[in-house]
Amino acid sequence: MTTTSSNLRTWAPAAGVVALIALTLTALAVLGGRTLPDRAGPPIEELAVEQTVLTPGEIELTVRNTGADPVREAQVFVNDAYVDFSGGATAIDRLETSTLRLHYPWHAQQPYAISILTSTGAVLEHEIPAAVATPQPDGGFFGLMTLLGTYVGIIPVVLGMLFLPTLRRIGARGVRVLLAVTVGLLAFLAVDATLDAFELAKESGGAFGGPALVVLGGLLAFLALSAIDHRLSRDRGETGGLRLALLISIGIGLHNLGEGLAIGTAYAVGELALGVTLVVGFAIHNTTEGLAIVSPLTRRRPPLGTLLGLGAIAGAPAILGAVIGGTVSNPELSGFLLGIGVGAIAQVIVQLVPAVRDKAGRLLDPATVGGATAGLLAMYLTGLLVTA
Amino acid sequence: MSTPEPPEHENTGSSRRRFLLGGALAGTAGAAALGLGGALTASAEGTRGTPTGHGGHSSAHGGGVTGPTFRTGSTVDHTANGFHPTDVLRDFDYGRTSRMADGRTLREWDIYASDEDIEIAPGVTFPAWTFDSRIPGPTLRCTEGDRLRVRFHNGSAHPHTMHFHGIHPAEMDGVPGAGDGVIEPGGSTVYEFDAEPFGLHLYHCHVGPLAEHIARGMYGTFIVDPKQGRPDADELVMVMHGYNTTFDGEGNQLYAVNGIPFHYMHEPVRVRRGELVRVYLVNALEYDPINSFHLHGNFFDYYPTGTRLEPSEFTDTIVQAQGQRGICEMRFKYPGQFMFHAHKTEFAELGWMGMFEVVE
Repeated sequence: MTTTSSNLRTWAPAAGVVALIALTLTALAVLGGRTLPDRAGPPIEELAVEQTVLTPGEIELTVRNTGADPVREAQVFVNDAYVDFSGGATAIDRLETSTLRLHYPWHAQQPYAISILTSTGAVLEHEIPAAVATPQPDGGFFGLMTLLGTYVGIIPVVLGMLFLPTLRRIGARGVRVLLAVTVGLLAFLAVDATLDAFELAKESGGAFGGPALVVLGGLLAFLALSAIDHRLSRDRGETGGLRLALLISIGIGLHNLGEGLAIGTAYAVGELALGVTLVVGFAIHNTTEGLAIVSPLTRRRPPLGTLLGLGAIAGAPAILGAVIGGTVSNPELSGFLLGIGVGAIAQVIVQLVPAVRDKAGRLLDPATVGGATAGLLAMYLTGLLVTA
Repeated sequence: MSTPEPPEHENTGSSRRRFLLGGALAGTAGAAALGLGGALTASAEGTRGTPTGHGGHSSAHGGGVTGPTFRTGSTVDHTANGFHPTDVLRDFDYGRTSRMADGRTLREWDIYASDEDIEIAPGVTFPAWTFDSRIPGPTLRCTEGDRLRVRFHNGSAHPHTMHFHGIHPAEMDGVPGAGDGVIEPGGSTVYEFDAEPFGLHLYHCHVGPLAEHIARGMYGTFIVDPKQGRPDADELVMVMHGYNTTFDGEGNQLYAVNGIPFHYMHEPVRVRRGELVRVYLVNALEYDPINSFHLHGNFFDYYPTGTRLEPSEFTDTIVQAQGQRGICEMRFKYPGQFMFHAHKTEFAELGWMGMFEVVE
């Protein structure tokens, strides 16, 4: 009873405050709005094209109203010629979408400027740098995306993990250097992905926050991984190596989700240079990720299944990313997912740093500085090999 | 040029864009064949709600490879606009006439400037400034040597003038600083002068910023007939112009003759086979240096500015710079539909395109 009454004492005033706030807001909405004049300027019309689907003779656009006011899409011209289209017959409200189907004989590999003329005469432009028929999400497409994800995600990571036996022979100091290399690798990945994410988010028109969404993704991922880490060390008593390896796998997995997404998107718009460069480039680039996963495992002998599991956690999300990227080409979602990858990597770096310290607690001695530098350079240089 | 170039895509690290240049309009036959079905079946007559008898037939422009169009089936509300491009064609305003003491004809007009929201394309509203609530303004017509008295009343919220092309005293020039100068909202003035020289002229507002005052819709045709007249003909006025709906002063988003883009695609200009057709063609386009007129399946005699009675050229395409005008005379040999449009084809595809329908 005492607990109940003390709960009541705590919550009753809180409920009262909430009620008061609700009442005040209602009064403000009803009365306060009238005390201010309307906006002096014209309506603010902003549209963002979230998805472009090209099929023979037709361009389909999914358009979102990212501005403050409703927008009515009155007419459309493509490369300075008015076109027949369907959809968009009614005004789109803020954050709502419409789908426009333009009847237009587009030509493969040509650039197109699509201009939406609104009811007020404003023109909102969308550029297709080079028209490519949008892949249909059929069996062949999913097969190809799976293959791509396997090439750029799973195979390189597993290859990198093959270094484990070698790593066992390099001693405590060697392991510290290796972990420093991993920190360098991951730090570069984080910076690179951040830049990509912000670039994508800027493209999107920012209906849902644009760059802020990248930061949100990063922070959420960081907090989520921190919670997972806490739970792993408390519940299962996982300590040291394996826990760290699992965290690195998850972090890299989330990063590879974003990387797969970028590849899938680039494929869908015909920008991805497929072939040897892609496969070998990513293999070299992502092999270093496998190295990062096994670097905390030098003092134990985990079963093969565990190792493969770690590899799958780190690599398989690339497949999922490629599928999402190839079907839902949405720059803002891509930015958000890349942000998640960045947050995950940042959390992993925080986890790794204590293991880099020597017995005296020093972090940056010449050996670890050299290791981190090597990691940064390795990622930078191998990154030059890949184009997506 | 309808719009400024889209900003060049930022080309950084992780993504590589290919820019392939070339004729973007040539469609592949395969793509077209697949894409057209919907467009053609959806094509509809654009003649609903028109107050004239010029119903006509919708031509084959249903989008895709068959040519540019607004969303099929959509037309503007001419009744709400208060003017109809088909009527504008043959609407000549001779004014109120009276005989002066010296035997000459005096022609008087009252012209009102006003601000109008006009539906210039289906679903697109343009805040226009007009003469007599229409675009183009009324076609004022007189005969060489007449005395002309134009009472101009400014009912717009903006200052305006009427500046006539022709030969007249400086104080009747309708420019700031001459005569009554700028006519403020609510004000009025009288422009009075003799009609000379004969030919095809124009009038427009001459208040700064000049390009905007004209581009908002303040222009019209001014015809001075020669004393001896011209041969009988089916006479038509066509004022070529554009709408810079974004008001950025860089090109136009819509191009038209007589107010509404693509209008004569929906309602072809009906003429008789073998009859002399005389087109008074005026270029009032702003923000683009030239405009042009091209006729399909026929040739015409061209009289630049209409100031000579002998044609300068027998052609099917002429070019006019801003403010240029001329008379085109033609007879159609064959019945059927014949397109006319700017041979600056991007203007054509942005609305400056129409059809003659030649009937027996």
